[in-house]
This record gives sequence, C-alpha cells and structure tokens, in this order.
Amino acid sequence: MSEIEPGKKWQIATVTSVRKESPRVKLFALNLAETTPHRAGQYYDIRLTAPDGYQTQRSYSVSSSVVHSDSIELAIELINDGEVSSYFHDVVSSGDQIEVRGPIGGHFTLSPNYSKPVLLIAGGSGIAPIMSMIRSKRDAANASPTALLFSFRTEADFLFRSELVDQVKTNVGFHLLPVVTRTAARENSSGILSFGRINRDSILSAIVSLTGNAGSPASGYPQSLPARAYVCGGSGFVEAMGNHLLDIGMGLHDIRTERFGP
Amino acid sequence: MINNKFFGRRRSEPTRPVPPGQYLEDGFPVLSAGPTPRVDLATWDLSISIGGSTVGTWNWESLNALPQTDIHTDIHCVTKWSKQDTDWRGVTIDTLLADAGVETPTGFVMAGCEGGYTTNVPVPDVLEGKGLLVHTYDNEPLAPEHGGPVRLLIPHLYLWKSAKWIRSLTFMDQDAPGFWERYGYHMYGDPWREQRYTND
Ligand SMILES: Cc1cc2nc3c(=O)[nH]c(=O)nc-3n(C[C@H](O)[C@H](O)[C@H](O)COP(=O)(O)OP(=O)(O)OC[C@H]3O[C@@H](n4cnc5c(N)ncnc54)[C@H](O)[C@@H]3O)c2cc1C
Repeated sequence: MSEIEPGKKWQIATVTSVRKESPRVKLFALNLAETTPHRAGQYYDIRLTAPDGYQTQRSYSVSSSVVHSDSIELAIELINDGEVSSYFHDVVSSGDQIEVRGPIGGHFTLSPNYSKPVLLIAGGSGIAPIMSMIRSKRDAANASPTALLFSFRTEADFLFRSELVDQVKTNVGFHLLPVVTRTAARENSSGILSFGRINRDSILSAIVSLTGNAGSPASGYPQSLPARAYVCGGSGFVEAMGNHLLDIGMGLHDIRTERFGP
Repeated sequence: MINNKFFGRRRSEPTRPVPPGQYLEDGFPVLSAGPTPRVDLATWDLSISIGGSTVGTWNWESLNALPQTDIHTDIHCVTKWSKQDTDWRGVTIDTLLADAGVETPTGFVMAGCEGGYTTNVPVPDVLEGKGLLVHTYDNEPLAPEHGGPVRLLIPHLYLWKSAKWIRSLTFMDQDAPGFWERYGYHMYGDPWREQRYTND
C-alpha cells in the first residue's frame, strides 16, 4: 500500500481543557490539527519525549462522541508510580502540547447506528471507550436497547455519573446498572447503586433489562441473549466478565474485549 | 517534540535495549480481541496444510512426543510493553514439517486459532528455530489467558503474530492479512523498526 493511511501519522495536539472527573480520573480535551473521524471504541497512541531524548508511548481510548472529530476527550486514570498517567495528572494543563497518533483499533468498535440489543460492561476507567459508544448512539438519536453494567470502587469513582443518569431519563432504550465494589459506604448512598462484584446474576438482570426476557431460571440461561457484548477494564476484570458471558451461553464471536492493564 | 517537564520513570534498567517506543514490564499483561476460549485438550489438534492439502495433524499426545525445544527470549507487545528473559518450551515449526515429511515450504503462512483469530507471517520467519508451538511458560503449563494449551511463538515479531490458542498453520504462496492486519496493523510487525501499523 503506497497511500498513507489517514490518522496514523504523529501529530501535535493541544490540550484545551483538563477536568477532574473523580479522585483518580482526569478528562483531557485535545484539539487535533489533522482530524480523522474516530469510530466509537478506538484509541490514540501518546508519545512523550524527555529533554534527554528518552521516549515512551501509551494508548488511551477516546471517550468523546464520534460527532466531534477535531477535538477528542481522553479519560486518564492515575496509576500509582505510573510513568505516563502521573505526567498527565501532575504536569499537563490547558495549552500544553502532546504528540499523538490515531485513531487506532477496529475490533472493539460499535457503530452509532447499531440497532440490536447490546450489553456494555465497564470496570473503572474502562468506561472510556464505552462512553464514546453511548454518546455516539445518543448523538445518532439511536434508542435501540443498550445496557451498561459499570463496576467501580467507591461512589466517588462513578465516572460520567450525571451524564449517564441523564441518559436513563431521556433515552428509553438505555439501562444503567452501576455496581460499587467497596461496600463500606453503603449506608449513605443513593438508590440506583448496587454493591459487590458483577457476577452472573447482575449480568442476567442486565440482559433482562435489555431483552425483557428472564429465560428459564432453572437453566440459568436467558432465552434471548444480547447480540453483542463489549467488555473493557483491567485484564482480570475482562477475563472474569468474558467467562461469565461464555457461561450464560454467549458466543465467542459476540464478545469483544479491550484490556487496559495487567 | 520535547515535553519539557517529562523526565520518565525508567523503572527497571533494561539488561538489553528494548525496541523503540516500548517499556519494560515485569508482569505479563494480556491482549486479546475477545474472551479466553475454552479449549478441550481431548479434542485439541493442530493441522498443517500446504497448497490447500493437509500434510499433517497432531493431537496433544503426538505433539508432546516430538523433540522439544527450550527457548529463552524477549517478547514485545504492540500495546507498548516488552518483557525480557522469558522461558518457553515447545516444538519448532521445523520439527513439525520434518515429522510431516514434507519439503520446506516457501511464501507465507497463516496461523489459525480457536475462535477464528488469524495472523500472517512470511515462511522464513518461522523456520530455523524462529517459530515454535509452545505449551510451557516458565516451567508451568501455559495459562489459557496467555494462549494455552498451545500458542505460536515468534519472538522477533510483535506478539500479536504469536497467535494464541493455535489450531492450524496454512502455508500459501501469496501474503494475505490476518485478523489485526485487516484492521490496519502492520503486515510484518518488526518491533525494532517499530512496524506497529500499516505504513510504519
Ligand atoms: C488499547 C488501550 C486503551 C487504553 N485506554 C485507556 C484509557 O482510556 N484510560 C486509561 O486510564 N488507561 C488506558 N489504557 C492504559 C494505559 O495505556 C496505560 O497502560 C496506563 O495509563 C498506565 O500507564 P502508566 O505509564 O501511567 O503506568 P506504567 O508506568 O506503565 O505502570 C506503572 C505500574 O502500574 C501497573 N499498571 C499499569 N496499568 C495499570 C492499570 N490500568 N491498573 C493497575 N495497574 C496498572 C504496571 O504494571 C506497573 O507496575 C489503555 C491501554 C490500552 C492497551
């Protein structure tokens, strides 16, 4: 192939805003000179270069809707001792320049016009590419059945909370099931949260909300399964969710995954 | 461009250089497009076909009965991590071809996996000990999430070429893109030339 694929060249992006979304996650809006529309679920590579020439790269998913292509949002979680995430959290501010290339990736993507029931499962900052899917469907006025099972540590880690709750109110097809893994603060929390870990039962209730069909309780297999599931988060989380989805009878090809860390 | 306030946290000093854009990882992260497929050893087999006809099929027992090769090597994942000094055991592609009693093929080979994942490699890159089917990592059976029971290992290329849960090797005259290659990942994938994506 002789033609240069669009979006795969390094370019310098300008940070136009930095917002603290939770104690551990900041949202960065990046303005791109060379714009290639992304598909919901894709990511960008970031390259940092130290004054002595040392370089390092990491990948970050686009969390913004596909309708905005000249500006993208990244949701970056601070990892303890993390080389790149701590640079973003401690140093990067509005007006800074960052070298990026993208959008990259093609399997973990969802078309904004996808009309079959889809189950989205996110752990922590794994919500980033899934948020792009939800926002893109919203901007395409697509109210087809979508359920989000979202697992996070404490109530303060409920990323994009008001926007997601707003979706529930305005979009009849959208179902939100937030799950808090650290249950200590259970008492003074609000009604929509459940506590513990996402297990087979929480997945089955998400599917019921999607398809309105409980299946036969004895078999534990729902009668109608979502057409597709997207799972994103840390590797252990994705592994566990993938196993649950296979257990309830979903096909290997209908489950798409993105793994963020070890 | 230089990020003035970026100094890097070079965590472990590499014993050997790492390819451009890679960082050293002590753990063993997982990259796959889907969940870990369930592979039943009782029915697992691996077949090799050349020019459209099957020239050999091995099950778990017959694969293990072949001469085994140990390899100590570094691995490089396109998601930016590299891991040095990893130990694997398995059967070289040379051994499989010799066992099948066929002439060394030329051209390209497509690896096919449980779940339908594929990846393409030039034949010389899997010969002369450069490509193995491995079943043991660090003296333990290869874990399912890392591609067990058996994965391909071609350590000099980015790790997506080392297809997990391998079931077939299809030798062909012409190159063709596999699963990630169709999504814009590089046809060859040399980490030292940083061939991550098409046109790199
Ligand atoms: C395709 C893709 C998309 C991604 N999208 C996002 C995104 O949208 N938002 C985001 O925040 N991250 C995302 N990541 C993860 C990101 O690329 C980095 O791996 C992460 O920010 C850590 O980099 P670091 O340099 O800060 O830490 P490093 O210096 O690389 O690591 C420091 C230590 O933390 C461990 N570690 C690394 N990552 C994690 C983790 N996630 N959880 C726990 N421990 C970890 C490492 O093993 C190491 O011991 C994505 C990764 C991939 C492959």
